[in-house]
Amino acid sequence: MAECFVAKASELADGDRRIVLAGTAEIGVFYKDGAYFGYSNTCVHSGGPACEGLMINRVVDVIAPDRTYQGQTFSDEIHFVCPWHGYEYDLKTGECVGDRRLRLKKFEVIRRGEDVFVIV
Amino acid sequence: MDMLRSEVRKLAGDDYTTAAHLAHAAQQARERNYQDFLIVDVDAHHYESESYKEVFEFIESPVIRRQAVESAKRGGRASMLGGQIGYQDIGGRITRHELRRHDVRRHDKLAGGKHRDVGMTLEWMDAIGVDYCCLFPTPMLFLGLHPQVEVEVAMCRAYNRWLCERILAAEPRIVSMLYLPFNDPEAAYRTVADFGDRKGVVGFMVTSPRYKPVHDNAYVKTYALLEEMGKPIAFHAAYNWHDQALSLTNRFISVHALGFMWFNMVHMTNWVINGLPERFPRLKVMWIESGLTWAYCLMQRLDHSYMMRTSDCPSLKRRPSEYMREMYYSSQPMEKPRDRSILEATFKMINAETQLLWSSDYPHWDFDLPSVIYDLPFLNETARRNILGGNAARVFGLDSRPRKKIPA
Repeated sequence: MAECFVAKASELADGDRRIVLAGTAEIGVFYKDGAYFGYSNTCVHSGGPACEGLMINRVVDVIAPDRTYQGQTFSDEIHFVCPWHGYEYDLKTGECVGDRRLRLKKFEVIRRGEDVFVIV
Repeated sequence: MDMLRSEVRKLAGDDYTTAAHLAHAAQQARERNYQDFLIVDVDAHHYESESYKEVFEFIESPVIRRQAVESAKRGGRASMLGGQIGYQDIGGRITRHELRRHDVRRHDKLAGGKHRDVGMTLEWMDAIGVDYCCLFPTPMLFLGLHPQVEVEVAMCRAYNRWLCERILAAEPRIVSMLYLPFNDPEAAYRTVADFGDRKGVVGFMVTSPRYKPVHDNAYVKTYALLEEMGKPIAFHAAYNWHDQALSLTNRFISVHALGFMWFNMVHMTNWVINGLPERFPRLKVMWIESGLTWAYCLMQRLDHSYMMRTSDCPSLKRRPSEYMREMYYSSQPMEKPRDRSILEATFKMINAETQLLWSSDYPHWDFDLPSVIYDLPFLNETARRNILGGNAARVFGLDSRPRKKIPA
């Protein structure tokens, strides 16, 4: 296992990302709400750049207690979306939202002092 | 812990390029050695609306030309032509729809005499590993629904003239099946007669969302001419959210999933049941952008009914599925069931090895890469290469030597 330098912590604003090319691995490193996440940048669908698209909250249907539909809203769950075809992934787990049996490989991201590293 | 040499980059912003967006596609192309064999994309697109100013110059009627030019002055889609409701970009999730403006600007500067659309098209073709593409318009996919038939005719003629002169004449790797103004049968015939021998014209295309029956006698002379010329006719799917039945759906996923099969199912049923394959046995017919499952379903459905109702379709000498297995199908959007044996059965049903033609539909939101075919374990190398390019080269009369330049 090896460490790859990603960035200085101060360079990453909330919601920022970096794509790290380390050997044969291509990893998307996210900084969001004070936490770091690292995932393989290869979409499970067609191999697209899964970590390089939009970050957006999950859309949910609002169903009333009487089971009628009351519209849609955004929940607190944050997703990132492969820009090729729209496959959405849960930022916390890397699971593919459409079928949670599918997921991106997770990489550990650590901060040591002011330096952020991803473990490859 | 060891330190590994690495490279870190930010996300593309104003420096967005299609080549970078498709970097993983180019990697797939190199890994699978696409450079070694011909790949033909039988369904790809550009946005002709980006060139409306030029296209409108080719409109022959001065009255319609003025209407077109004035309707486009406020920017965006020309109101004379209208459009369809849709959010293909999934609320901005398909980022290239918005970011392509960087490509447009960059290629405007790079053009050097060739049209910007040539440069933009070759860029994604090389990235994906495509030697030839059959280029189609985008907003015009809905022109068959325009209430003014003379506008469809005028726009069709203008676009076809512009495409032949500015794009097809300039770049041999780009071909097209030209738009047929199907709502005016006489104009459709004239289109085939006038454009059939132009450079890069490999066939003619009917946009499927329209309300004209393909078996109408008015089209017979056009089909005869196409058969005589050896040019295929294609039915290119699209949706109509105003269609009475489809208007019951309330999400784009629904109208898209159904709509892209809908009209081709109707047209195919009419084509077969009215015995057109018997009347025009050498006319090649192609069905574009409906995926594959519709054909698998319709073959079974029509065969089942046919055996009980032969008096309804007396021109048929064989089962409907036998005629359908002699037609051609573009692969995109290729459905991929988790149980691969279903896909294998589908391929068998449609006689895929000789009748299936790979397509990307790039740059649209649900494009496919050649890997959807190349990576299928039940295909041997011959079948893969046939579907990816050999079949199309045969149908379109293309040189089978690869010409692409996959980025290093």
